[in-house]
Amino acid sequence: MTSVILHDMSLRDGMHPKRHQITIEQMVAVSTALDRAGVPLIEVSHGDGLGGASINYGFPLHSDEELLRAVVPKMTRAKISALLLPGIGTVDDLRMAHDCGVGTVRVATHCTEADVAAQHLGLARKLGLDTVGFLMMAHMIEPARLVEQAKLMESYGANCVYCTDSAGHMLPDDVRARIGALRGALKPETQIGFHGHHNLGMGIANSLAAIECGAARIDASAAGLGAGAGNTPLEVFVAVCDRMKIETGVDLYGVMDVAEDLIVPMMDQPVRIDRDALVLGWAGVYSSFLLFAQRAGERYGVSPRDILVEMGKRKTIGGQEDLIEDVAIDLARGARGIS
Amino acid sequence: MKRRVAIVGSGNIGTDLLYKVRRSASLEAAWMVGIDEASDGLARARSLGVKTTAAGIDGLLPHLQRDEIAIVFDATSAYAHQQNWRKLAEHDVRVVDLTPAAIGPYCIPPVNLRAHLDSGVKNVNMVTCGGQATVPMVAAVSRVQPLDYAEIVATVASKSAGPGTRANIDEFTRTTADAVARLGGAKKGKAIIILNPAEPPLIMRDTIHCLVAGEPDRAAITESVKQMVREVQTYVPGYTLKNGPIFDGRRVTTFVEVMGLGDYLPPYAGNLDIMTAAALRTGEVWAERL
Repeated sequence: MTSVILHDMSLRDGMHPKRHQITIEQMVAVSTALDRAGVPLIEVSHGDGLGGASINYGFPLHSDEELLRAVVPKMTRAKISALLLPGIGTVDDLRMAHDCGVGTVRVATHCTEADVAAQHLGLARKLGLDTVGFLMMAHMIEPARLVEQAKLMESYGANCVYCTDSAGHMLPDDVRARIGALRGALKPETQIGFHGHHNLGMGIANSLAAIECGAARIDASAAGLGAGAGNTPLEVFVAVCDRMKIETGVDLYGVMDVAEDLIVPMMDQPVRIDRDALVLGWAGVYSSFLLFAQRAGERYGVSPRDILVEMGKRKTIGGQEDLIEDVAIDLARGARGIS
Repeated sequence: MKRRVAIVGSGNIGTDLLYKVRRSASLEAAWMVGIDEASDGLARARSLGVKTTAAGIDGLLPHLQRDEIAIVFDATSAYAHQQNWRKLAEHDVRVVDLTPAAIGPYCIPPVNLRAHLDSGVKNVNMVTCGGQATVPMVAAVSRVQPLDYAEIVATVASKSAGPGTRANIDEFTRTTADAVARLGGAKKGKAIIILNPAEPPLIMRDTIHCLVAGEPDRAAITESVKQMVREVQTYVPGYTLKNGPIFDGRRVTTFVEVMGLGDYLPPYAGNLDIMTAAALRTGEVWAERL
């Protein structure tokens, strides 16, 4: 029987639709309920990873350290993971997370830039952590190039490498091509993971395609709480896995109740495929840009859809939230006919 | 009379700097120092009639006095600079350090160069590319009003980030954040760097966010920012204000683009160009004082 490790994103990727304002109480309530339901891995960090607290990405209600210190001791079975993007966070943040007792560190880079993660992956491995490389916006390169980058991460110490569909742009065949290539090229003991976004409604289908091609870890989020149209909805995926006889070890009613009773009431707006989230998926744009484009659109009187399409044309990658306001100003100026 | 200089390090940065020194009205490139006889930088220097050595700093030391070298630019690595400085300190030369070693104080020409020269310091450090591109903008705001916080986002073409930067990207974020706070004049600083692999490569972009204490004085800040942009343009002509300053509550944000001169490095690598241009500027102003 196929089995898969599910990794909940609602308290990290879910920070994006919550503008990083999840409270300690909410963190503890959700994580303990997920733990009770048997979810083996739960990510807790600023949406943009450790050290993401900034004007550029948003200041959180609580520091990463406060969140981790509140959540980690409450876990009975689940391990807590933290995300780190080199260029935003540093090894100091990684050491802090280790000190807080996280079991997993995921080091994320753009899919072509794995070599900026050497130091961080190396340290995570040295500290004895479950060490994961996270190649973002993986739709932007061909499978063969993704393999090269994944091998770099493996060589730095990653025991698991993710194909990350940050834009929710991939179709199941795109996932099969990438996961299949990674599975064929990495060491047998190196796990492969898939992280989806639901912008084209493909979260479930893509995750199944990933499992079919050898992925051992799947990211999903209770009630889909995540950037853009959210991540693969955890409770739906657990139900589908149950019907397909894929072992998750997660209690279906438990995660249904987390989604319905805890996450949905937390939402500031419905996390769904609205036209802007759809544009992210269709045009291949980083999912976290959604709310920034909507805010800039309102402020400068331009369509968020036009901003997001322009962000795609400018070949932006994860983390370039700063360019959204710049683009909005340019579009507003263009609309006024002033050069 | 032109002051004579030596460039240590014959890689991309050192070679780009060589071309800039060649155009200088006040400096003359006398020596180019490398460790690889076959390097492109040394070959180019030789073809331009510049004396070269592939014996590293030890190949230069015997000639410092005789060739009247007034200024040494070090474009090697943090580790090599420590060794080089140990040997240069006892000589009567000024050293402009383009490595991350930061033995001497940070130098951002329009912000604190003159103060350094008045202090008699002999070694100054050129911070990082992100620091050179953004600290002037932070200082332009802080000279109008006190800043509680400043944060910069530097986006550079993947092709313009060398293996040294990549292997130690934390050094960039830490050093830049430190310079943004201390030289920019903010209580706290943060730096973020993004490497974007787009083809054709994108020109360096920087976003500078400041949080001022109290209500921002829009007119004064706008004027100060524009004036600072003009000042940077005197040594980096491709430094442009794309948008801003924009005001949102206490937040003041400016967006700049840094296009290089394309001397040895391609124009998109404005991040490298602003380092060599700032180093040249430092050398030129120093030379006037000698």
